[in-house]
Amino acid sequence: MATPPPANATKALWEGSLEELRGLVSNRAMTGETMLLNMGPHHPSTHGVLRLLLELDGEEIVTCLPDIGYLHTGIEKNIEDKSYEKAVPLTDRMDYLSPMSNNMAFCMAVEKLVALDVPERAQIIRVICLELSRIASHMVWLGTHALDMGAMSVFLYCFREREFILRIFEMLSGQRMMGSYIRPGGLWRDVPAEFYGAVNQFLEYFQPKIDDYESILTNNPIWLDRTQGVGVIEPDVALAWGMTGAVLRGSGVNWDIRKAMPYSGYETYDFEVPLGEHGDVYDRFYVRIQELRQSVKILQQAMKKLPKKGPFRSSNRKFVPPPRSELGSSMEAVIHHFKLWTQGFDAPDEEVYVSIESPRGEMACYLHGTGGQKPRRVHFKTPSFMHISSLPVVSEGYLIADMIAIIGSVDIVLGDCDR
Amino acid sequence: MQIAPALDPLQSLQEKFPEAIVFIKTFREELTIVVQPNAILEIMTYLRNTPGLVYNFLSDISSVDYYPHTPSEERPERYGVSYHIYSMLYNRRLRIKVFAAEDEPVIPTIISVYPGANWLEREILDLMGIRFEGHPDQRRLLMPDDWNGHPARRDVPMGKEMVQFSFNVEDIMKHKPHASSSN
Repeated sequence: MATPPPANATKALWEGSLEELRGLVSNRAMTGETMLLNMGPHHPSTHGVLRLLLELDGEEIVTCLPDIGYLHTGIEKNIEDKSYEKAVPLTDRMDYLSPMSNNMAFCMAVEKLVALDVPERAQIIRVICLELSRIASHMVWLGTHALDMGAMSVFLYCFREREFILRIFEMLSGQRMMGSYIRPGGLWRDVPAEFYGAVNQFLEYFQPKIDDYESILTNNPIWLDRTQGVGVIEPDVALAWGMTGAVLRGSGVNWDIRKAMPYSGYETYDFEVPLGEHGDVYDRFYVRIQELRQSVKILQQAMKKLPKKGPFRSSNRKFVPPPRSELGSSMEAVIHHFKLWTQGFDAPDEEVYVSIESPRGEMACYLHGTGGQKPRRVHFKTPSFMHISSLPVVSEGYLIADMIAIIGSVDIVLGDCDR
Repeated sequence: MQIAPALDPLQSLQEKFPEAIVFIKTFREELTIVVQPNAILEIMTYLRNTPGLVYNFLSDISSVDYYPHTPSEERPERYGVSYHIYSMLYNRRLRIKVFAAEDEPVIPTIISVYPGANWLEREILDLMGIRFEGHPDQRRLLMPDDWNGHPARRDVPMGKEMVQFSFNVEDIMKHKPHASSSN
C-alpha cells in the first residue's frame, strides 16, 4: 500500500486567498459583489490545458486572468543542450497541430545563422508541406470551433479531411504528426513517387469540401447569431497587443508574412490575402475559410512547378549529411557523416531572428549561437502566447458563452503557448 | 494620405539620443542597436511615434545569458534583452538590445508603449530572472509559483528533477520551499 504524503506537506500547499488577486481583479470581487469562477484547466473548450480565472457580474465577464504553464516542457532550454540538427524533433512538439511550421521556423533560423543555401526543389516541397499543414491545422480549428458552438457534423467532416493530409505526412516522413521532415539545409529525404498522385488527389477531393463547410456554416442563422458582433477586436488593439495571423487580418490589417517578407519562394506564387472588416468572431472564421481556398491555390501552383527529380537538400557537406549511397565509395563522405552525427556543426556566436506565417500567426525563432555546436539561446515567439495574453482585453464585457466562441476563434494551441 | 519618407533608424537615433547608443552591429543584414537600459522607454516611444520610422509592432522580446561573462564593448553585462520591433508601413525590422547587470538585473518596462510586452516581459522575469521596473504583474508565468531560481539561465543545469510518486514524496517535499518554511 502506498504511504500517504506527510501531513505538513499537503497542509502547506497553496490554498488560495482573495488577497493574492488584489490589483489583478476589480475591487468588486473583493467584497463578493462579482463572482470568481475557474474555467479549465480541464475544460474541453479551452482547447488544451488553459485555466481562465473569470470575474463575472451575472453572466457578463468583468475581467479574465489566463493562467498558463501547464504544458511548459522547457523545449527552449532543452535545445541548448542539443546540436542544431538534433534539436529539430523538439520543435515539432510545440505547436502540435502544425509541426511543419515549427520545423520551418527553426531550420530557417539555423540556415540564416550559418548562411546555408536551400535548393529550389526543396523550397517548393517545403511550401507544399507548409500549406498542407496549414489546411490540416485549420481543419482542427474549424472542427473544434464548430463543435464548441454545437455543430457536431462539421467536426466529423473536418477530421475526415485531416486524415488525408496526415496520411500524406506519413508517406513523407514515416510519422503522421511529428515528422521532423524539414531539416537545416532542406529535407530529411526525397518525396516518394506516390506523393505526387496523393497530393493531386487530395486537392481534387478537398476543393468541393470547402463549399460544404460554407453551406453548413456561413449563412447558418444560429452560427451568425453566435459569432457576429462577438469578440470584436479593433485594428489598433490587435496591433498594440501583438496579435498576428487570421486574428489581425480579421480586424482588417493586411499583414501576411508570406507577402510582406517572402521566404521559401512564396513571392513566386499567386495568391490573395483575405481580410475581414469588423474583427469579430465571424470575420476571423471567414478569413480562415478563405485562407483554405488560397492554400489550395498555392498547392496547385506548387505541384505544377515541382520537378520530379532534383536535389532535396543542400550539397554543402559541412552542414548537411551526405547521401547514404556515397558512404560506400567516398572517404570524405564518411568523415562528414561521422562529424555531423557525432558533433554537429559550428555556428557563429551571433543572433538571428526569423519569422514565418504559421497557421496561427507570426511564428518566430530567435537563435543565438555560441561559436560551437550548440546554441546559446533559442526563443520562440509563438502566436498563441500573444493571443492568450490579450484574452482579457478581447473578452471584456461579453457573456461567458461568448468566451467559448472567442477562444475558438483566436485558435490557440497550448503547446505552442507554453513551449 | 501622404506617407512620410522612410528615415534611417540608426541615423535618427544617433541624432536624437547620442549618449544612449552603446554599440552598433549588422549581422546577416539584421541591424542591432545596443542602447542604455535607462533610455529604453524613451527610445521605444520615439521609434514608435516618429513619422518616417513608425515601428508600430512589437514582434518579440527575447533574452540571452552570456554566462560565463567577460565584459566587452559589444557585451558589457551578463544578460542581454533583445526587442524585435517591426514597421508595417515601411516593412522592415529592427533589433534594439539592452544589457542588464549580473548582480541586480533590472530594466524599465515598455508596457506603456507596447501593451503586448506584458507577457513577454513576465516570461523573461520568470525564466531569466530579469526584473522589469514598473511592470504591473510580477508573478511567475510559466513555472510553478514555488519554483526556485530561473531555469533559462546558463548556470542552471539541465534536467535532473525527480518525478513525484507516492513512494518518494517525502524525499521531494523536503526540498520544496513551501514544505520546509511551514514548520
